[in-house]
Amino acid sequence: MTRWHPPRILLFSWAGLLALLALTVFGAYQPLGWFNTGLALTIALGKALIVLAIFMELRERNALTIAFAGAGFFWLAIMLWLALADFVTRPNFPPGPPMMHSDSTPPPRS
Amino acid sequence: MPEAHPAFQFVDLRQQHDVAQLGMWVFLATEVLFFGGLILAYSAYRIGYPEGFAEAARHTKIVIGASNTAILLTSSFLVAWAVLIVRLREGRIAALLLWGAAALGVIFLVLKGVEYSEEYREHLIPGLNFALDGPNAGAIKLFFAFYFVATGLHAVHVAVGIVVLVVIGIRARQDAYSDRYHSPITVAGLYWHFVDIVWIFLFALIYLPGRAP
Repeated sequence: MTRWHPPRILLFSWAGLLALLALTVFGAYQPLGWFNTGLALTIALGKALIVLAIFMELRERNALTIAFAGAGFFWLAIMLWLALADFVTRPNFPPGPPMMHSDSTPPPRS
Repeated sequence: MPEAHPAFQFVDLRQQHDVAQLGMWVFLATEVLFFGGLILAYSAYRIGYPEGFAEAARHTKIVIGASNTAILLTSSFLVAWAVLIVRLREGRIAALLLWGAAALGVIFLVLKGVEYSEEYREHLIPGLNFALDGPNAGAIKLFFAFYFVATGLHAVHVAVGIVVLVVIGIRARQDAYSDRYHSPITVAGLYWHFVDIVWIFLFALIYLPGRAP
């Protein structure tokens, strides 16, 4: 009996995810400037799509389930887009270095 | 093994299964926005203090972080495998796969604990013993505040998932699931995979910045 063997699509997905992990760690050490961040986030998105489509079986689900699954990410995109559009276009963001309180000196006791 | 019956409000098991899946996706949508708020705050301050965040990320333990990513990806693979074969009535093997995935979750948490203890020794914990100096110290402190809140909340999710996987594994071992009835294991799998997705993004945001020369 070999019907409990993992389907090939799962094995390929697992190998692909580990390969993408290796690629993203390797890429992080290459001097690519701003593209380092773009590469890391693109690979993270690719890994997430593999997990969503194959492991979470979204590719076999009906449109209603996919709409429910996409809704959270859709609203997240709106939140990130509107909020970051504000922050990146502010002339005085950040207003200065963050406040620095040392944790090593305990507060005075009264 | 008694035949599974749908709850009274459902026409049949298939409809019950579809409703359970939709319900889980609604819950996961709230989780997307829960972690999304944290990631928004991180993004805003990373845009504000790019050098400080790059320096802070170099303090994180990338070997542990990458190992933990591989561990979670592998555990997700085991759960996806179990969810498929439980429909073929291979409950005993599915149980082993689920318990294997739970064990990988425990290893993940142990490594996270090792990481936290190293960060404690390096005085990187805001509010407890943070003691870095230099022009970027304030930004580094912000980064580590995000780091401990985000990874701590994620670790809570992993701990909940471990308990769920162990319980579902026991039910699978009892041959409770079949091609007709497998909502609990499918829904539990969705949760575990989602926890994996959150970690994929946390890994990219926490461990990878600032590594290039």
